Amino acid sequence: MIPIAYPLVLAVILFCMGIVGFLLRKNAIVIFMCLELMFNAANLVFITFANHYQVIDGQVFVVFVMTVAAAEVAVGLALMVTIFRTKQSIDIDQMNSLKG
Amino acid sequence: MTTGLFVFLTLAIIAITAAAGLILSRNTVYSALFLIINFLAVAVLYLIMGAPFIALAQITIYAGAIMVLFLFVIMLLGAEKPKEIEQMKWQRPLAFVLGGAILVEGVYALLTRVSITVTTNPASEILADPKTLGISLYTKYSLPFEIASVILLVAAIGAVVLTRMPKKDKGQ
Amino acid sequence: METVQFFNLVPWVVFLPLIGLTVNLLVGRKLGEIFAGSFASLATGLAFVVSILLAVSLSSHPEAVTIPLGDWITIGTLTVRWAFRVDTLSVVMMLVVSGVGTLIHIYSIGYMHNDVRHNGDTGRYARFFIFLNLFIAAMMILVSADNFLMMFVGWEGVGLCSYLLIGFWFEKGKNGTGNAEAAKKAFITNRIGDFGLLIAMFLIFVNFGTFQFDEVFKQAGQVAAVKPGVMLLITLFMLLGVTGKSAQLPLYVWLPDAMAGPTPVSALIHAATMVTAGVYLVARSSIFYALVPTAQTVVMWVGAATALFAATIALGQYDIKKVLAYSTISQLGFMVAAVGMGATVAGMFHLVTHAFFKGLLFLAAGSVIQGVERGMHHANHASHDFDPQDMRQMGGLRKQTPLTFRVYLIGALALSGIAPLAGFFSKDEILVSAWQTQPAIFIVLVLAAFLTAFYMGRQLTMVFFGEPRTEAAEKASESPLVVTLPLMILALLSVLGGVLNLPGVHTLETWLSHTLGEGEPGHFVWVVAGISLVLALIGLGLAWMIYSRKTDKAYVDPLKRALGSLFTGMENKWWVDELYAAIILNPYRAFAQFMADPVDLGVIDRIGGGLAAGTRALAESIRKLQNGYIRSYALLMLLGLAAIMTYLFLR
Repeated sequence: MIPIAYPLVLAVILFCMGIVGFLLRKNAIVIFMCLELMFNAANLVFITFANHYQVIDGQVFVVFVMTVAAAEVAVGLALMVTIFRTKQSIDIDQMNSLKG
Repeated sequence: MTTGLFVFLTLAIIAITAAAGLILSRNTVYSALFLIINFLAVAVLYLIMGAPFIALAQITIYAGAIMVLFLFVIMLLGAEKPKEIEQMKWQRPLAFVLGGAILVEGVYALLTRVSITVTTNPASEILADPKTLGISLYTKYSLPFEIASVILLVAAIGAVVLTRMPKKDKGQ
Repeated sequence: METVQFFNLVPWVVFLPLIGLTVNLLVGRKLGEIFAGSFASLATGLAFVVSILLAVSLSSHPEAVTIPLGDWITIGTLTVRWAFRVDTLSVVMMLVVSGVGTLIHIYSIGYMHNDVRHNGDTGRYARFFIFLNLFIAAMMILVSADNFLMMFVGWEGVGLCSYLLIGFWFEKGKNGTGNAEAAKKAFITNRIGDFGLLIAMFLIFVNFGTFQFDEVFKQAGQVAAVKPGVMLLITLFMLLGVTGKSAQLPLYVWLPDAMAGPTPVSALIHAATMVTAGVYLVARSSIFYALVPTAQTVVMWVGAATALFAATIALGQYDIKKVLAYSTISQLGFMVAAVGMGATVAGMFHLVTHAFFKGLLFLAAGSVIQGVERGMHHANHASHDFDPQDMRQMGGLRKQTPLTFRVYLIGALALSGIAPLAGFFSKDEILVSAWQTQPAIFIVLVLAAFLTAFYMGRQLTMVFFGEPRTEAAEKASESPLVVTLPLMILALLSVLGGVLNLPGVHTLETWLSHTLGEGEPGHFVWVVAGISLVLALIGLGLAWMIYSRKTDKAYVDPLKRALGSLFTGMENKWWVDELYAAIILNPYRAFAQFMADPVDLGVIDRIGGGLAAGTRALAESIRKLQNGYIRSYALLMLLGLAAIMTYLFLR
């Protein structure tokens, strides 16, 4: 029996770490992982509130988030492979052709 | 300090440490492994909060399948240790400032709105049962479920199309 | 036994020409000249047959019949139907349009064969017939409409065809743009008239709430009693439309220039049918005019003044078609004066006979022109500036083109009003009406009639009598049968046209009374007939005396010596074009130039350009934000997120 504020604060901390990682790193794959970290933080909030309100919907939502995350990773990593083939690098700062 | 709080704090420290390792590690493979640790810690938290199915799904799908895919790609590309030199001089300080700001604001919002006396409920039989989840998925959420399956299919096809080797031009 | 009624056939008077033009549009060029011409003529001919059937039906059932085809516009309380009105007035117009139209189509088969070769583009042969059929369709819509709006469609349709056909050889003419300019002039001048007609229609809608002829005319009496000013405005604005379409003062200036079109066009559109639309409109709205005496007076004087004015100009022209053009304006003036006096039947009668003899004169003139063109080709050293339409280059053509001469003679005598040809009876009826009611108008019209006889005598003498003045005239030759056959038919009609409304019998009068209401049948006044006949003979004889003597090569008009500067005025069309240019066109052009250069380029374009440049400069500075770095976009998103959250907390 812990106060529900604790897992929520943990979720906020994990989310912000994801943000900071996203902004700091130039390695595209690490950036991807930071995205996953943020998804994870969101999932934690869902589960906490599902527990708090004693409903199943929160868990259902997590299932959907996982599905979309899986899909996103599949496509994203495929993109990485393709980009690496042409640029020989996964440095995200080198993918800057689309600019004004 | 109750057992529950002790377990939570341990898991929280593990999760935060793993996240920090993810961000700070120079080696991409280590980052991936730190992320797995983070996922596992969070999975245990799910278990505590009465969502055993999600906890197991987290371990098999996230920590298992997805992270294996990550590792596979990292090693396929040989991109374990790319050079990272920051060229945008405002990026790094601003990242910390803004990340900190969001953090402070988020925690502030929580602590002012959620009373510390409200505690988690003990795991209930019904909510922990995958059957309940399944019934909800196939009845109330059947349409989103179908859409999710289509998204997965599209992603699978997309991945194949994207990574296909371009055919060499037949003698022009 | 129940007689068979053909009223339901009336839409075919429009559809048949449309079918003809569609076929020519799609396959006309591939199937050759004979097919294209014959098919177009057949389409118009069938429309004529339908018109005859309608006339037969009307003879046993003289009341007007309306055949609706469908709803056209439905807005609020306004419903405009696409409906055809068959009554004695519209059928008379249909018979003239399709009857004379068919003859002119047949004539064109032969005429255009030569014309496209002379002008060097045989590809336009089928196009000519497409335009001609389109014109017939539009004219049929105009005369068969059952409401003002549908009539306006036809009104504009014939205007468009007129424009297209005047500019048929658009790259020819003075400076290579002469014909195009003439077409433009006709179109724009007509727009001024159409503006008047539109205003009249708006006023009708506002005050009557409908466009339907029946309902409008039913209410006309009440409205005139309550709002006499409105009725006056309607009729006067309508008159503006009439002066545009029927080439009356002051908007007649386009018609002489319209002679740039091929001769069959001049005959069909600019003499026989389209230009009479204005007369038809006044006849159709005669109930309006009967209610507003002021408007009647104006119409009458416009017509009479035009008749005299145009006749004086016709005296001084050398171009064979220009003479006929001014003569047409003059004769239209007679008709307008007649309908203005309330002698609607006389006006319509003159309209019909005029369609016969003026169509005949134009077609015969076309035959003369082509005869001279052929002569020009025989005389090999013909210079390029040789004008085959200039009467000064002709002379003695009665020997070279005997058939054309004979029919031309008939047409000219009919126009001059020599008994017992068609023109005598119709013109006499107008003169009698004037004699009985408006002595001043009578004098003007008689003077115009005298001048008519004089300039026709002048033209006859200059073209057909005396000795050939050029080699081309000497070697001119007669046209083929396909050209002369319609001429002979029209000549026959010009001779017999008077039968339509002989004094004492009044066939047309009775016929039209079903639509126009019972009127006073015109009497035959011996004095008037005598005066007009004697004046016509004097005019012809005088012209013969003056012009038959002249033989020398450097042609100076003998009247020039006699009349001096007066003749110079006639020769130069009283400088009306120059006057319009000075008081309207040039100030307008200067104004347009002012609006274009200092205002448009200087002010409006600068505003637009400034806005564009400002936007561009702004975009140039902002585009740097779009630097291509995903992480910096993420940073900006985060900045926004933090800002929004801060705002929410501090609120």
